[in-house]
Amino acid sequence: MSADPTPGASGSTAATGPVAPPRTPAASIHNIGYRKYDGERLGRGYAMRSLFVQSLRGAYGLGRSAKSKVLPMVLFGVVLAPSLIMVAIAVATDAKELPAEYTAYPLIMLPLIGLYVAAMAPQSVSRDLRFRTTPLYFSRPIERTDYVIAKYSAMSVALLIFVGTPMLVMYVGGLLAKLGFVDQTKGFALGLVMALVFSVLHAGIGLLVAAVTPRRGFGVAAIIGVLTIPYFATTIMQFIVYDEGSREAVSWLGLASPGTLMDGFQSKFLDGSTDFPGSIVPSNTAGICYLLVIAAVIAGSYLLLNARYRKAGL
Amino acid sequence: MYDPTVARLTYRALLGRRRALILMVLPALLLLIATLVRVFDASSDDVATQLLSGFALATLVPLIGVIAGTGAIGPEIDDGSIVYLLSKPLKRSTIICTKLFVAIGVTLLFSALPVLLAGFILVGASQQIAVAFAIAAVVASIAYCALFLLLGTVSRNAVVIGLVYALVWEALFGSLVPGARTLSVQQWALALAEKVTGSGVDVSSAVSLPTAAVLLVVVTVGGTWFAVDRLRVLKLAGEE
Repeated sequence: MSADPTPGASGSTAATGPVAPPRTPAASIHNIGYRKYDGERLGRGYAMRSLFVQSLRGAYGLGRSAKSKVLPMVLFGVVLAPSLIMVAIAVATDAKELPAEYTAYPLIMLPLIGLYVAAMAPQSVSRDLRFRTTPLYFSRPIERTDYVIAKYSAMSVALLIFVGTPMLVMYVGGLLAKLGFVDQTKGFALGLVMALVFSVLHAGIGLLVAAVTPRRGFGVAAIIGVLTIPYFATTIMQFIVYDEGSREAVSWLGLASPGTLMDGFQSKFLDGSTDFPGSIVPSNTAGICYLLVIAAVIAGSYLLLNARYRKAGL
Repeated sequence: MYDPTVARLTYRALLGRRRALILMVLPALLLLIATLVRVFDASSDDVATQLLSGFALATLVPLIGVIAGTGAIGPEIDDGSIVYLLSKPLKRSTIICTKLFVAIGVTLLFSALPVLLAGFILVGASQQIAVAFAIAAVVASIAYCALFLLLGTVSRNAVVIGLVYALVWEALFGSLVPGARTLSVQQWALALAEKVTGSGVDVSSAVSLPTAAVLLVVVTVGGTWFAVDRLRVLKLAGEE
């Protein structure tokens, strides 16, 4: 009230003009004894952390109905199973190394991880948009960027758990099978770098598509479409240009889809073996472009998500 | 069997607003790739069959099928507006059949037609590849629509289940476990394509043509019948 210099609002009883509200003694607000809240205000950071934890738990169906636990848990089990089988084989047959590399694991499981992103990213952001509950979040002391950061990091961590746990199983199994501590630790560390980049990239793409298509079902199909269609198209184009004999073009084409992007990245920078035709590893120039494209996709999806929530309607 | 109003509503739900544009992206990509391959003169019968079976029939047709099949009825059941349709003096079979017709029409328009065009762009009339894959796409579209319409009626997670079937079962399992190929719409359609193409083309299916034909009819008719049956006893539930 101190910031308002107009005389009509200053509380004096003298009427200053015809627009001043009529003040009669009958119209007053009584104090009917509600208690004030005088506890600690937990603030913006707390609200953001709560949103992060709630979104992360939600990505595995925790804190939700039993029916919505089924899908993430089944997918998690299926993505974990091959790593257990690999470890069992390695232990039983006295193998010299694990049947698959750490960095290759996310690429082998690409369809499953794609399904997980497609199933979980919409449940994280689309429901808030569909039921128009986003304004309720913004009536708390969080900003738009806080909401985006919390959702983005929760989805990334959920994916990191999804991709990283099988690697952990492989690492522990590799140590138990005495495959060499240094080799296994190095492989596991590189695998974790791969898992981290993979998770952040896919979480960004998944959340962005989900936030743009809040309609039930469409978000799932759209994410799968964005992840798999370019992948299939790129792979087929790579084989065609490889058959035509242009080896350089294979790695440049790899920039066109998230899956091949990760494949080229891990073969160039993380000593992985690649599924590209002819096992072609990107050249140095192409490798830098891989890094740039990955960074651009991650930054771009973050910025576009922020732009999406500027107007939090449908 | 067919109700124009239901058809119009379903058509608008599937293609209204910007959805037609989004659906257009997939076939446009196929045509773009086909044109590029042709322009760079890399096109041969082998490349054409690789592209049409590996990309078009394995990804494009099932994905459009999932979107059209489940999208024809799923959202309506989800938001509860299906009760307004069910409370009209229409047979449940009419509702399902009409929605199936529209879904098939949309899938044909966005997948079978582009496959035919892409085939002609790639190799012209050589070995009847274009026609063979177009026929396969038509048959697969019909079966997928019936199957995914049933899924949309039965389950709330229809899209995910449909995608699991199309990507994990047909693509991943089909390439690892040979037996899984017998139960795959894609292989049944390929059996038809195998019959139509000329002898010098490498199109092979895991199932014989009579088996494929019988299974296709069983899935389409059975799926539709079961969807009608499920719609008859449909229960509306709240969101989770």
